[in-house]
Amino acid sequence: MNPRLTLATARRVLLQVRADPRTLGLLIVVPCVLIGLLAWIFNGTNVFDRVGAPLLGVFPFVVMFLVTSVTTLRERSSGTLERLLSTPLGKGDFLAGYALAFGALAVVQALVATGFAIWVCGLDVAGPRWLLVVVAVVDAVLGTATGLFVSAFARTEFQAVQFMPAFVLPQFLLCGLLVPRDGLPRALELASDVLPLSYAVDAMRTLTAQVDAAGDVGRDVAIVAAFAVAAIALGSLTLRRRTA
Amino acid sequence: MMNYEAPAVVVDGLRVIRGPLEVLPGISLSVPRGQVVGLLGPSGSGKTTLLRSIVGVQVVAGGTVTVLGEPAGSPGLRSRVGYVTQDPSVYGDLTVRANLTYFAALVGAPRDAVERTMEEVDLTANADSRVDRLSGGERSRVSLGAALVGSPELLVLDEPTVGLDPVLRRDLWAMFHRLAGDGTTLLVSSHVMDEATRCDRLMLLREGHLLADDTPDGLLARTGAPDAERAFLALIEKEVAA
Repeated sequence: MNPRLTLATARRVLLQVRADPRTLGLLIVVPCVLIGLLAWIFNGTNVFDRVGAPLLGVFPFVVMFLVTSVTTLRERSSGTLERLLSTPLGKGDFLAGYALAFGALAVVQALVATGFAIWVCGLDVAGPRWLLVVVAVVDAVLGTATGLFVSAFARTEFQAVQFMPAFVLPQFLLCGLLVPRDGLPRALELASDVLPLSYAVDAMRTLTAQVDAAGDVGRDVAIVAAFAVAAIALGSLTLRRRTA
Repeated sequence: MMNYEAPAVVVDGLRVIRGPLEVLPGISLSVPRGQVVGLLGPSGSGKTTLLRSIVGVQVVAGGTVTVLGEPAGSPGLRSRVGYVTQDPSVYGDLTVRANLTYFAALVGAPRDAVERTMEEVDLTANADSRVDRLSGGERSRVSLGAALVGSPELLVLDEPTVGLDPVLRRDLWAMFHRLAGDGTTLLVSSHVMDEATRCDRLMLLREGHLLADDTPDGLLARTGAPDAERAFLALIEKEVAA
């Protein structure tokens, strides 16, 4: 790993995103629209206060998963990845560069979405609000890391997009938003224990309910971050300098 | 430590199998330093596979490839060897300058390398255009520039002149010889036989076998043919007859 090469790669990825203002707009606006819609649907009940924060963690995960898997796939099929791997750029630099670039975008996305949820939609949070942003950013990095890994198994952009429902929706169903995790059938509860999104949602729920949330949230965030690191490590195994 | 007498590339008994096909059944050759060496042959003859093996991105089944004194694909070679693939592998959604700046950063090229390279590949006027808005010929020059920006000692070019107009092709070959004059070794593949005369040395490849490895004049003298195309045919007929 070489920090200079990692930063050069992150900068290049951000320049590519900047060259595509519509994607940038969608990244920022779509979570706000969904949060707004949710608040409106559950107007006058306490449901929004219960699920609003967890969804602030789910959106960046889903969006970054999609964006990253498609961009990396494009990089594989256009021949640029092969070219990059014939230069001094390390696999770790490549992956960390992507994680850094999309992590930076996630900071902006999380700040806007969280701000919108709190000040426009009146989301009530017991714990410290800045932690919402931290959890959202870690979730986004997890999405990026998983997307990088999964893109190795897709040959076309169609397949890459199909991996979203395949990888993300089961996690969404089991993460405790629809049915609390301890109320799930035992087998599903065990499955939810090994899925990263469960911990992302746990962190957000704790933040919503407890004033003194930092300790529990810190543990959940550490677990999500560990999943992200593992996905990046697995992803680096799928990058080969030599191909057949 | 540097030995300028030793060849830039030595390939010894290289075997490459792709799927059910043995693309290179055991090829040996060497590329001398500071020359423009043409690798000619019809499509499917194994040119790209050979070039990929030299760059170190090809899985090989046997034999050795030594590049600038090190095994092909060694980490130390990654900033000393430039590789330009057949299809332009650059970022279409970035400008010419942004592309070259990124590739310059990867090989640790000096600050002025980007402007110098844009002049070399005649893209200064397009510096701030997105690559996907350029013509095919311009795009392939961006791809060439991305390899040139690191001033590599060995430049491996896969069909760099396809689709370029005659003036540009002439300019490109002039640049190849200028680079060779400065000590760079160039290995250039082509399926256009009339480019043969522009090389210092020629290698004719057919079905993974080396038919000839000679200077253009030597090849014509040996076969008695008036041009490279017919020399190639004469060699094939001789091989079939044998």
